[in-house]
Amino acid sequence: MALKIVKGSIDRMFDKNLQDLVRGIRNHKEDEAKYISTCIDEIKQELKQDNIAVKANAVCKLTYLQMLGYDVSWAAFNIVEVMSSSKFTYKRIGYLAASQCFHESTDVIMLTTNQIRKDLSSPNQYDTGVALTGLSCFVTPDLARDLANDIMTLMSHTKPYIRKKAVLIMYKVFLKYPESLRPAFPRLKEKLEDPDPGVQSAAVNVICELARRNPKNYLSLAPLFFKLMTSSTNNWVLIKIIKLFGALTPLEPRLGKKLIEPLTNLIHSTSAMSLLYECVNTVIAVLISLSSGMPNHSASIQLCVQKLRILIEDSDQNLKYLGLLAMSKILKTHPKSVQSHKDLILQCLDDKDESIRLRALDLLYGMVSKKNLMEIVKKLMLHVDKAEGTTYRDELLTKIIDICSQSNYQYITNFEWYISILVELTRLEGTRHGHLIASQMLDVAIRVKAIRVFAVAQMATLLDNAHLMTGNVQRKGICEVLYAAAWICGEFSEHLENPMQTLEAMLRPKVATLPGHIQAVYVQNAAKLFATVLKSQEGNTDRTAAQETSQLMIDRLPLFVQSANLEVQERASCILQLVKYIQKLQQKDVEVSEEVTALFAGELNPVAPKAQKKVPVPDGLDLDAWINEPPSESESEEEQPRAIFAKEETKHSRPRHTEVDEKELAKRREVRKQEQANNPFYIKASPSSQKVYQEAHGVEHIPVVQIDLSVPLKVPGLPMSDQYVKLEEARRQKDRADKKKKDKKKRKEKRSGRGKRHDSGPESEEDITPAHMVDIVTEEMPENALPSDDDDKDPNDPHKALDIDLDKPLADSEKLPVRSHRAAEAPKSPAEDGDAESTTPQEPKKKSVKEKKEKKKDKERDRKNKEEKKKKKHKHEDKGEDLLGGQEDEPVVQSEEASEVAAPPTSTSAEVSDLDFWLSNAPVPSKAQVVSEQETATVEAEAAPVPEAASGTAPDSEPDEPKDPEMEETKSSKHKKKKQKKEKEEKEKKKKKKHHHHHHHSDGGEDKSVQNGTVEEEEEPLPPMSNYCLLAENSYIKMIIEDADQVYDIQGNLQDGSQVVVSVIFENKCDSFLKSMEFNVLDSLNSKLQRPEGSGPHDGLTVPFQLPPGVSNEARFVFTVQSIVMSQKLKGTVTFIVKNEDSSTHEKLDFKLHFTCSSYLITTPCYSDAFAKLLESGDLKCSSIKLEGVSMPFHHLLARICFHHHFSVVERIDSCASMYSRSIQGHHVCLLVKVSGETVSIDAKCDEPTLLGNVLDEIKQTFSQC
Amino acid sequence: MIKAILIFNNHGKPRMIRFYQYFPEDMQQQIIRETFHLVSKRDDNVCNFLEGGSLIGGSDYKLIYRHYATLYFVFCVDSSESELGILDLIQVFVETLDKCFENVCELDLIFHMDKVHYILQEVVMGGMVLETNMNEIVGQVELQNRMEKSEGGLSAAPARAVSAVKNMNLPEMPRDINIKVPSLSPF
Repeated sequence: MALKIVKGSIDRMFDKNLQDLVRGIRNHKEDEAKYISTCIDEIKQELKQDNIAVKANAVCKLTYLQMLGYDVSWAAFNIVEVMSSSKFTYKRIGYLAASQCFHESTDVIMLTTNQIRKDLSSPNQYDTGVALTGLSCFVTPDLARDLANDIMTLMSHTKPYIRKKAVLIMYKVFLKYPESLRPAFPRLKEKLEDPDPGVQSAAVNVICELARRNPKNYLSLAPLFFKLMTSSTNNWVLIKIIKLFGALTPLEPRLGKKLIEPLTNLIHSTSAMSLLYECVNTVIAVLISLSSGMPNHSASIQLCVQKLRILIEDSDQNLKYLGLLAMSKILKTHPKSVQSHKDLILQCLDDKDESIRLRALDLLYGMVSKKNLMEIVKKLMLHVDKAEGTTYRDELLTKIIDICSQSNYQYITNFEWYISILVELTRLEGTRHGHLIASQMLDVAIRVKAIRVFAVAQMATLLDNAHLMTGNVQRKGICEVLYAAAWICGEFSEHLENPMQTLEAMLRPKVATLPGHIQAVYVQNAAKLFATVLKSQEGNTDRTAAQETSQLMIDRLPLFVQSANLEVQERASCILQLVKYIQKLQQKDVEVSEEVTALFAGELNPVAPKAQKKVPVPDGLDLDAWINEPPSESESEEEQPRAIFAKEETKHSRPRHTEVDEKELAKRREVRKQEQANNPFYIKASPSSQKVYQEAHGVEHIPVVQIDLSVPLKVPGLPMSDQYVKLEEARRQKDRADKKKKDKKKRKEKRSGRGKRHDSGPESEEDITPAHMVDIVTEEMPENALPSDDDDKDPNDPHKALDIDLDKPLADSEKLPVRSHRAAEAPKSPAEDGDAESTTPQEPKKKSVKEKKEKKKDKERDRKNKEEKKKKKHKHEDKGEDLLGGQEDEPVVQSEEASEVAAPPTSTSAEVSDLDFWLSNAPVPSKAQVVSEQETATVEAEAAPVPEAASGTAPDSEPDEPKDPEMEETKSSKHKKKKQKKEKEEKEKKKKKKHHHHHHHSDGGEDKSVQNGTVEEEEEPLPPMSNYCLLAENSYIKMIIEDADQVYDIQGNLQDGSQVVVSVIFENKCDSFLKSMEFNVLDSLNSKLQRPEGSGPHDGLTVPFQLPPGVSNEARFVFTVQSIVMSQKLKGTVTFIVKNEDSSTHEKLDFKLHFTCSSYLITTPCYSDAFAKLLESGDLKCSSIKLEGVSMPFHHLLARICFHHHFSVVERIDSCASMYSRSIQGHHVCLLVKVSGETVSIDAKCDEPTLLGNVLDEIKQTFSQC
Repeated sequence: MIKAILIFNNHGKPRMIRFYQYFPEDMQQQIIRETFHLVSKRDDNVCNFLEGGSLIGGSDYKLIYRHYATLYFVFCVDSSESELGILDLIQVFVETLDKCFENVCELDLIFHMDKVHYILQEVVMGGMVLETNMNEIVGQVELQNRMEKSEGGLSAAPARAVSAVKNMNLPEMPRDINIKVPSLSPF
């Protein structure tokens, strides 16, 4: 035995390790592949051994070979073996190999579930870390489902190293198993405020990644992120958050308004270029979302453009590149501000760096105007000539076409010039964009009627010189142009100067080398030309010419009849027979030209590319219904060829139609035109802007330009676009001169006229008249076209599944599947294990499917999709039943985590309305300049820092003992008005939201009258209720206490753990700078201000910011409260230094903080059955009060109780309602409110009588005040 | 998200590849070749961003790279990453390599590809940035190395002696130039 071990280790010594392998490969440069294959054989031998060290070594070598491109998936099982080694060294090798070569279809992955779970719960943090890292690369939907709960537990691991990895991997889990998002989200959110910056950054990372895809679901997190943004100093986190805001602002313009100031501050203050750049980017996004054009934002635009210019001018190419990138975003909405930097951008076009040139090209798109288009394109054409790489040249080509064709050829004043440019572009070698040029030629020739004569002449030249394009194989892409040329010459052959010559050119034998689809067009259009030629020749007395033409056709067409391309062959033989027949008629001296031209009569209208898709399905037509019963399955084989045939047919249907019964078509067209004329909804071709302009001027003023057409026509295929530039200049000059003359005349006529205005200075855009009478025909759309434009969404996007409403409270069915057995206790075979874990929540998925379906309803066109979904649903239901069956045997053991997760959503739902509140919040806190230790401490202590809207005191209620009553009056009246207005808005929105919220509940199942809605029904609007009050103020500073007391409990922090967070807004009212603010409260036995560790019980807290004049900012203070049964009043002081230019004085302000009992209550929804059980339990003490003379409507009364005392309505029947709330220490408070006339009686039950008494007193007080 | 991280030398030989999205091996090699082709023809004084890797990602993706001595470090990222941030990250990564290998050179990467992976795992996880603080990264890597050492490592002392013997007949190994990590100021 011992000998065997020794022998094994000696064997091992001569095994190759990774280094040996690498060395070996380097020494076998000539026969590397052979060497590696012997190595792989060795590795296979090593993998067969029992020694795990040998196996690990082999797997390590495989990882290296994988990098070199060798498929190592055959060793997947060995990799799993190495992964499950107990030694960290080997485990790490195994996971590394797995992460490199496992993927979703690797079948051994399902064997790893238990091993990974074991590693995740390993006491060694690096085992866990390695498993998490590996899992992040190969997580599958099954693994995600089975491990989601384990990973979620790790998110609260004691080691930040594990926490941050667990947080990050959750994103992958969400992607693979979308159902886990909602249950895991509250904890993920919690991690945004993790004390460890790494974990925090990871959480920000994940949420940003989620929010990027479905931003609307994350709007409610905006306040939290806003706070992080103003407090964080980690640039990575800041960048991510700022990027996220960039994605959120388009959804919520109010958010943008709030963001502008802190972002501008950051732009001014930061030295990090990356941060500066992202800030600028987000400011741009904000400005785009606020496109309504608020005047004061032009400053922000200026700031951005100015900063970007600095970037572009920087010598660092990276900054230059990014500056241009950001500039192009501004361009879309604020082209004016970018245009002023035209010089800089044109300069970048000459940069040696291609990336930069490309970016500059993007910007050019927005720089063009009628005036400079020709000049810019000329410059680009020069670049085209100089460019070396084909990619850059192709990019230039597309950009030229983009620039010219943008907004319906808006900037083109001379289409002859444009055609010449297109023709010049055909000279490019090796471009891929022949097709693009061709489609432009077709588009222009069809839609701009005035240009046809010119276009046809140019195209004829192209056809004549077709050999220039076909000669070289490399030039294949460009021959697409001939497609357009042939079609244009054929269709508009009446404009041809010498149709015979063109006809000959089109029938050259060389044509047979062109691609099939182009030949087909040649043949078809040769027929059209033939018709034209016949027509002109039959007019002559000499008949022989016509017969010669027919003979030419008959001679040449057989070449095409032999074509391998079906389409060409078919067309050619058809036309050949036709011509033969014509020839026969000609020999009998019959005039045929009329009939032949009739074949191609009528004009084709341009049809919009989307037109087909937009044809609405008529009522009662079900496209999915079978026309005939589906044939039995045995016939399926036969069906296939038929389908192919049908496809082909549709592809070529257009030419066929024109060929077959043109007359019938023409008739139909007439009818349709009639119909369209009578249809008010039909989008008719509107006269283009140019036309309108022209008409305004009158026809006499259209300048007639003499263009020497002979030049471009005689130099084969080489029209000189430059000439047009010169001509255009001359024309404009002339125009201007004419105008001046006219002006002079006018002035002479009207001597009193203010002549100065017609200045001869730089011509404005309007001064440039187009050279030709141009009528750009709009593309046709079908009648009743659907206006929606969202057909570009990818249905296969994995992120679609993550479009989940996160603010809805969690349903029980949504909890993550939890294992019933710990892996360590009872390791099971994977198959068994799978059964045990099959607690997939099927309900949420069904629900989400339903939701999706609802959304989709209006998109009936996506029929296929829907059908699929239907199928999916069915499948799912089936699966669901199965799973349920499996579940019965082993009831799910709910872990602590799962039940914990169920609790938070109440606060989340509250936040939806909070967002409105937060956004409408008047004071914008400026960025905290100094982030002190204390601030961070406070941040950490808060579980959810968003102020709960549903708390506080009414605006008309007395502010808590203001120090200076006079001051208070003058100040608050102004302040209040503003507030009230805002609150009204906010209230209304909130109401809507709540309404919404309620619906979700009733969707949940029971159809009870009113449940868990606070207020509902569209009764009269509620009076405004505020959640702030003035705390204290003097001539220097005003303290507004926002939502008097805001309550949280933090689980596991303190034993009966209750914390109250107080948000105070400090507003600087004087003209001086306020600094060194300290906030101090005299602690009572019951309530204590939380101070940072190490400070004495009487030390004040430094307020983490300074206040410039007129600025307000918010600070939060955490109090710990022992008993919550009594209300509390705490005395406190704020001290600060008022700093003027020449002096500074110490000042102080006293205040009293009032913690009411109501503020210890948390709005908690409760179902009526749970409520009934609670009342029946008999643990509760009873108490009641009567209120007289309350004249408000019942729902106002309920709203007030809900709002000020944090109750929620359980059930409401007529003038009677039951309400529920819970204190932070878990006391239940139940109310039964009845109204008769002006008397309100409230019966209340609570397990803590003192608390109840105090709450009732407070309710009484609330109503006595109104 | 980061879609892939590639390290290859001036001749396009891969030194470490890490894809965060599955591609079959031949596709991976093709991506490496294409990326090398794109990157290698660029001067050192042009910008470090590249669009148009047609194989990987679409228009949303960008190649961000840095060139150190004989090695290219290429990150393929989508638009959710900050360009300058990723440039910083590459620098952090290379500085970490420099610290862990003590004056890192191409040979270190050639012979210790696994270690490079382990270091990268502490920087980027599953395509998302995990840690950007170099000291933290180096600390975690060292702790794990210490653990490996305490377990005796993959090939303990005798194996090393053997490899020295095996080495004797090999031609002189070229000691490649160190990657001189320039101290770049972060953006």
